[in-house]
Amino acid sequence: MPDAPCPLIEVKSLSKSFDGGRGFAVADVSLAIAAGSLVALVGSSGSGKTTLLKCVNRLIEPDKGEVRIDGVDVNGMAAPELRRGIGYVFQGVGLFPHMRVGENIGITPKLLGWPAEKIDARVAELLDLVDLPRDHARRFPHMLSGGQRQRVGVARAIAARPRIMLMDEPFGALDPVTRDDLGSAYRKLHDSLGMTTLMVTHDVQEAALLADRIVVMKGGRIVADGTPQALMANAADPDVAALMAVPKRQAERIGRLMATAEQPS
Amino acid sequence: MTDKAWSDAWSLLPAYLTPHIVLSAAALALGLLVSLPLAVAIAGRPRLRWPVLAVAGLIQTIPGLALLALFYPLLLALSAVTLHAFGFAIPALGFLPTLIALTLYAMLPILRNGVAGLNGVDPDVVEAAEGVGMTPRQVLLRVKAPLAAPVVMAGVRTAAVWTIGAATLSTPVGQTSLGNYIFTGLQTENWVSVLFGCIAAAALALVADIFLGLIETGLAQRRHTRMALGVAGLLLGTLAGLTPLLANGTATYTIGAKNFSEQFILAELMGERLKAEGASVAHKDGLGSAVAFRALAHDDIDVYVDYSGTLWSNVMGRGDMLRRDVMQKEIARWMKAEQGVTVLGPLGFENAYVLAMKRDRAATLGVSTLDDLARVAPQLVIGSDIEFLSRPEWTALKDAYGLSFKGQRSFNPTIMYRALETGEVDVISAFSSDGRMASLDLVALGDPKQAAPAYDALILLAPKRANDERLKRALTPLIGAIPVEAMRAANLAVDRDADKASPAQAARDLAATLHLQP
Repeated sequence: MPDAPCPLIEVKSLSKSFDGGRGFAVADVSLAIAAGSLVALVGSSGSGKTTLLKCVNRLIEPDKGEVRIDGVDVNGMAAPELRRGIGYVFQGVGLFPHMRVGENIGITPKLLGWPAEKIDARVAELLDLVDLPRDHARRFPHMLSGGQRQRVGVARAIAARPRIMLMDEPFGALDPVTRDDLGSAYRKLHDSLGMTTLMVTHDVQEAALLADRIVVMKGGRIVADGTPQALMANAADPDVAALMAVPKRQAERIGRLMATAEQPS
Repeated sequence: MTDKAWSDAWSLLPAYLTPHIVLSAAALALGLLVSLPLAVAIAGRPRLRWPVLAVAGLIQTIPGLALLALFYPLLLALSAVTLHAFGFAIPALGFLPTLIALTLYAMLPILRNGVAGLNGVDPDVVEAAEGVGMTPRQVLLRVKAPLAAPVVMAGVRTAAVWTIGAATLSTPVGQTSLGNYIFTGLQTENWVSVLFGCIAAAALALVADIFLGLIETGLAQRRHTRMALGVAGLLLGTLAGLTPLLANGTATYTIGAKNFSEQFILAELMGERLKAEGASVAHKDGLGSAVAFRALAHDDIDVYVDYSGTLWSNVMGRGDMLRRDVMQKEIARWMKAEQGVTVLGPLGFENAYVLAMKRDRAATLGVSTLDDLARVAPQLVIGSDIEFLSRPEWTALKDAYGLSFKGQRSFNPTIMYRALETGEVDVISAFSSDGRMASLDLVALGDPKQAAPAYDALILLAPKRANDERLKRALTPLIGAIPVEAMRAANLAVDRDADKASPAQAARDLAATLHLQP
């Protein structure tokens, strides 16, 4: 496990049940995330990865355990305050349909009370950053394509310069080309802005290509945790091994395909 | 005649439209004020939502007229409580009961659409709003409210149309509205008036709906000019409705009238005399019989005409029979002592309940008294106005003569006469001062046992007017001055089918005939 002296995000013995304690979506999970890393939470649906993610910005309140950011218990802060300091992107995007793209992107700075000129400048800067034309600020969300909307979603999440990004299947609903495009674009942003990202995905290949570290969940517990290379090389849990074998097998098949395609018949 | 009727109706429009607009606007505004926060409160709480919507739905199923009528006794009781506890009485007649009833009526569509609108907001958008760091209040005001607004506005439009329509029913509880055209028109068989009232109410509803529609589409398409246009239209319309009210101020005297022509004529007659004394006058026409007296006793109206027999049995609860002069004295004494009401005096004619038949039909059957009628009654059908069959007088007559009919039917008084003419009914409960007694050639059947009480028309003054010299000076000349023939003629002028006079015109003619010009 890549240890940092003081983890930026620290999850301690976290448990959450949605049925009064009969079953646990997250069961006694502990996790430490170092500043600057991009961690992928992987697992099948119902494994508890989204619940764990939402406990960090308190969209879900855990039953037991705690989440600390920079050593401070998030329960001690007002939830809206906490969320203004954390970027959040999810599959549904949830752009506000009654606000223009510019207003959508500038919403968190506005809630934080930034002056209007500063917000406008920031919106222009962010549109450049996510590769959208500046005149799109005047458009309404329904006038954009799915990929453009998700770019706006990312821009909105990072508008107030959060140190932490939470992403829940951020590119799940996009076509493969856009998805790959946006994925690598985000990785660049993550690095250049020095952010710390926790990303939920069910796509192991995406996780392997983007993340520094993969955390695999099953039945509310963490069953594997390591760099993509380490997990692909050797995983103790047979399910994890099978999971990590998928991108390797796919890569091999693609490699063979490419090889035959290059050979003249 | 028709031109005259239309121009009469036009001249009343400001007097009727103004309170109608004020009432509808106030009820709708109040409905919004109550329903919107309530919708927000119950939208996210299914356990609360169900009962609240069920109650609002239940209120909607109560017929409008009944809902309005219910608030009168409720407010009377409440008024007694506030008088006892705080030393002031709340007005139980007119604006307040109507406002409350219409507000309740306006609530359901706003509530239902409010809940539907709020719960219809895309959950992803709500999650995003929370995710970017909005407080619950910001989520509501910045995201949920604007997104729910078009749906809510559709509910507001429905509520507005309902409220404007239902406001026409406020006339019987003493609130002037466009319903006055309809109710008085129905009583005096002035169909032009009825039609005019319907058209005016429909036009008002249509105009309000157009402006609200502008706001709705403006909200949905985020077009601010449209929205502004709608809001400006509504505000200007309401202000235009308010101006005559502000200019007039409040009237000095409020004259009550029950819901038939004679009462309208007498109210106009008294009103003209008061105006001649320099007083301003407001009318509350078309009051229910019991409502009228209670309104007077509670100072909601200042003066009206009632009939000794009605007061004797309905108000005083007396079942015994006294000689006419003894009975009048006893009424005057009781009114003063028990209710503080002053009996100014009798007008000089009687409007008694009599049983009447067409003259030729009575002759064929050999009927001239109630004794004769009792013999043939099992083959006959009696028609009555809506009150008569539940009145103690009917019980008294029935018991005294052993009357038992083949069937009995209740009508609006005007339609009852028509039913007698067409032979649908054989005997009717008629009024001795009714103009149609002469014009339709009816005979009043004799009452040899004197089972029915006298119905002398009496002017009654509200408790607070007991020592009002100007009022007494204006009305005293009417005491003993109106013979039954003159009253019949005036009633006929209003009730007849052709060449109808308005109650105001009939009152002027009556005053001229009797040399009672102020």
